[in-house]
Amino acid sequence: MANTQGTTGLRGWIDERFPLTQLWREHLGEYFAPPNFNFFYIFGVLSLVVLINQLLTGLWLTMNYKPAADLAFGSVESIMRDVRWGWLIRYMHSTGASAFFIVVYLHMFRALLYGSYKKPRELVWLVGMLIFLCLMAESFFGYLLPWGQMSYWGAQVIISLFGAIPGIGDDLTLWIRGDYVVSDATLNRFFALHVMAIPIALLGLVVAHVIALHHVGSNNPEGVEIKKYTDEKGKPLDGIPFHPYYTVKDIVGIIVFLFFAAFVIFFWPDGGGYFLEHPNFEPADPLRTPPHIAPVWYFTPYYAILRAIPDKLLGVIAMGGSIVLLFFLPWLDRCPVKSIRYRGASWKVALTLFAIAFLILGYCGSQPPNTTLTMLSRIFAVVYFGFFLLMPFYTSIEKTKPVPDRVGHQTVVIHGAGESKSAVAFGEVDKARMQSQ
Amino acid sequence: MSSTADEINPGRRRLLTVAASVVGGVGVAYALAPFIQSWWPSERAQAAGAPVEVDISKLDEGARLTVEWRGQPVWIVKRTPQMLAALPTLNDQLRDPDSNQSVQPPYAKNIQRSMKPELLVMKGVCTHLGCSPTYRPDVAPPDLGPAWKGGFFCPCHGSRFDLAGRVFQGVPAPLNMEVPPYQFITDTLVVIGAERNA
Repeated sequence: MANTQGTTGLRGWIDERFPLTQLWREHLGEYFAPPNFNFFYIFGVLSLVVLINQLLTGLWLTMNYKPAADLAFGSVESIMRDVRWGWLIRYMHSTGASAFFIVVYLHMFRALLYGSYKKPRELVWLVGMLIFLCLMAESFFGYLLPWGQMSYWGAQVIISLFGAIPGIGDDLTLWIRGDYVVSDATLNRFFALHVMAIPIALLGLVVAHVIALHHVGSNNPEGVEIKKYTDEKGKPLDGIPFHPYYTVKDIVGIIVFLFFAAFVIFFWPDGGGYFLEHPNFEPADPLRTPPHIAPVWYFTPYYAILRAIPDKLLGVIAMGGSIVLLFFLPWLDRCPVKSIRYRGASWKVALTLFAIAFLILGYCGSQPPNTTLTMLSRIFAVVYFGFFLLMPFYTSIEKTKPVPDRVGHQTVVIHGAGESKSAVAFGEVDKARMQSQ
Repeated sequence: MSSTADEINPGRRRLLTVAASVVGGVGVAYALAPFIQSWWPSERAQAAGAPVEVDISKLDEGARLTVEWRGQPVWIVKRTPQMLAALPTLNDQLRDPDSNQSVQPPYAKNIQRSMKPELLVMKGVCTHLGCSPTYRPDVAPPDLGPAWKGGFFCPCHGSRFDLAGRVFQGVPAPLNMEVPPYQFITDTLVVIGAERNA
């Protein structure tokens, strides 16, 4: 293939054989992003930073970890006490797991705020959801590896969830465990899945996520498409190249994030029992369940839903459904307006209720069960499901505000009426915005 | 030999593509089998399920003994007459008071769920999601409420069982706790996992 990039020298030699310059241009140098990204737009790149941290620290941990039921707990203790800098590498990995979910939840919440899951970004959202599933599987498999009390009983509970499936349930749990109880066979295969299978799937999905995003272009807090107005070369009029504008901005964001991460790693590695649960400092005992067993904080909202329902099969279905529903978000939301800035009060109320329900369910799932918390979980489980199941109704009758035609431009668009008038000058924006309210 | 658009036979191309895909697909399905089969318990794991002999001569009234069988906890509880007397009074609060849906050998399908009324032999595994419940013989403790007449409480998801392992209504566990096969060799020697002298 000929060199179409006009490069010479070594770069030219490579470009004749590999699309190096083309890749650089498509994904960084000439990837045009909207100029109005805000705070919420840092979490995508932060999840990439955490992913790299997990891969590196994980690789180093495997050099000293022993995936056998009688050796695993001791080898983790040895990493903490004997291996040089082992404590740091392990705390980077365990803190990284919680950090991963913090940034991914905020990344997903950003999509909810600004409608980033809507047409034409449905596949960006779906691939992202698959990444989220992989992440949950990865953290579940990883949590068994230290072979502590919480590792063991957490795995026991989660594997038993599959036992609720009628007919094949019991055989399925046997097949997953590879033994009649969670045992050495289970630990060994979970180790293989944790360090090989899921990371490979995760990397492939991340690449697909970025390719899909760069194909359709980034959304922004205004929820308008910058690709609608382009110059004669096809460059969006309101787009700025990702490099150097956002690479530099992202580096600043990464540094701030690393301040917080370093603080937790050095001074608060167990996260008050939420990042590393206290019963896990005791070796697994198959004969004794810890008095209070709860998953790590990032699973507690779904766990609260499971616990709220006094029926085994229905509880498992509800728990699975609470995640499956997220996949359908692009089609449940019937409102054509993307950004919360121009959406109606009904959406703002629904999203606020959903966020509150998610946090309260998360709290309930982390506490020992009692009647008050079960009642609270039931109420907010209804809110959680109501947010999704009622969405087609409350979003189709939503009273939206006019959406600007371009980023930084105020436009009067009566939704559905198709009539628009664009105020082009940037300076007029705020004046026009004030007038419209 | 050169080929032009006229010489391409789309029907033949399609037939060959479909035939190759189907044959290849069957091959892939067969090749997957060993990978899936490999996840079942190994021969070694299947063999390790031998019966366990337990001496219960030192077991006090009201006390519980935990032994390991097939990697799972099995409890032996010597119930007091008061404990046994409380069992029939709970029937209307239970999900399966007569153990019709639950798993137990025929000789344990009774109100005490045991061969000898006072001696309960039961797998200490919650039928909800497999946690091991706590033994709570105390009557009406503050955390379990005034109606509690002693039983087993699962700390994981709050399931409640009476002192025969029978599940209460309104909790996540669907069935009574499982009773394994067992037999008495002498009055104080019980074998768990075997039903007859072999």
